[in-house]
Amino acid sequence: MSEALLRLTATEFTLFLRDKVGPIFGLFFPTALLCVFGNIDFFTDPANGVDGQPLLYTYTPILVGFVLAMLAINTLPPTLASYREQGVLRRLRTTPIGPAQVLGAQFAICLATALVSVVLLLAVARLAFDVPLPRQPFAFALSALLAALALIGIAVVVAAVTPTARAANAIGSVLFYVMMFFAGLWLPIEAMPPVLRHVSEATPLGAAVQALSEATAGDWPSAWRLPLLAGYVVVTALAGIRLFRWE
Amino acid sequence: MTTVIEVQDLHKRYGPKVAVDGISFQVDEGEIFGILGSNGAGKTTTVECVEGLRRADRGSIRVLGLDPVRDHAELTQRVGAQLQEAQLPEKLRVGEALSLYASFYRRPADPAALVAALGLEDIRSTRFGKLSGGQRQRVSIALALIGNPRVAVLDELTTGLDPRARRETWRLIEEVRAGGVTILLVTHFMDEAERLCDRVAVFDRGRVVAIDTPAALTKRAAAQLGVERATLEDAYVALTGESTDV
Repeated sequence: MSEALLRLTATEFTLFLRDKVGPIFGLFFPTALLCVFGNIDFFTDPANGVDGQPLLYTYTPILVGFVLAMLAINTLPPTLASYREQGVLRRLRTTPIGPAQVLGAQFAICLATALVSVVLLLAVARLAFDVPLPRQPFAFALSALLAALALIGIAVVVAAVTPTARAANAIGSVLFYVMMFFAGLWLPIEAMPPVLRHVSEATPLGAAVQALSEATAGDWPSAWRLPLLAGYVVVTALAGIRLFRWE
Repeated sequence: MTTVIEVQDLHKRYGPKVAVDGISFQVDEGEIFGILGSNGAGKTTTVECVEGLRRADRGSIRVLGLDPVRDHAELTQRVGAQLQEAQLPEKLRVGEALSLYASFYRRPADPAALVAALGLEDIRSTRFGKLSGGQRQRVSIALALIGNPRVAVLDELTTGLDPRARRETWRLIEEVRAGGVTILLVTHFMDEAERLCDRVAVFDRGRVVAIDTPAALTKRAAAQLGVERATLEDAYVALTGESTDV
């Protein structure tokens, strides 16, 4: 049985690579974006930054959020919806493996790719642009993990409520841009007006980016950020299990 | 002879629509048993209950002594299914699909032997999304047999195949049966049922209107119509009182 799961995961990973969207946008694009920002003086000059730090320092956790959102929200829903639409999940229901294992394999691939991508991003940030590594690495890892699980939960809910891969793609993209806005991709959270900042702190990616920033600065995230992320994980997991259909 | 599939008084409705209304039949070991009927006659719902994909509202089903819903895990090891319009990921290659599915089973068939038997050599490294309808059909038959099943349930086996491919598929099914596999075949092609099936159950609007050998059904129809020879199609029309899809 475990050999079957291993092979299933390996096969799904091959398909993930063949699809190209996940690897390009989830693995290389965020680091490429970092390199672009890192070569613009505006981002590296402490005079333009927040709290006397270059803007690039502020953007590194935002790009970590970008990795997680890209892999979970932009690639998972269309894949899951197309598997359901094309009868892949239905076909698996007649085998000893069952369709739940395919979802498990997809989540494992998403998390593993996110790990590689975040490590790559932080390493390039540190080595090429002197961005300090997180001073509270455990809090950083925990925040990233909770954020990834919450985003995967949201992805499953999106896949559950959209009938086709095309619709899942469209809703996933809209959600991605809205969440990235509140994560501060266009306007850092620190620079947002109070109303937007409060909304941002309540969104999964906004809370995640703030938790990651605090962990980078060496603090444990503010009291309710991690419980909020954990709440998103629980609620989306329950909703996903209730709403998702194999056919 | 041992009974392999036993369906008794099966009922299934979707909302107000009754799909299956008291269906019973038995399939013996080594038999090719056909389910014949037009669209909406309840064929697919019945086999989906047999495969454990759907839960019956009422009635009992035993497949190799197993309850398809309760003993689903064990059932999937011993029953191979070919579903209507069921697919694989578009970018998965045929050879990859076969070895992946082979890994799911305790005692899988040899993928290379199935590739040869179904003439899949040339498309082994072709992606599923690039296959023609007939090629997809052959791959899905291969996947139904990859677990070395004792029972194979084949839904709309030759739909979308050209005449040559249909005949080759029929020959293959006869070889599979010769290997001791019991086959439940869903079809709306009369010639297919006449050629392949030892016995057929004729479904009409969720009920079984006749179960017999194709020869007995045609003989009875000939007597009824007062002609010397009748076809299975004549028998079918007489039994269901409606035109067929053929």
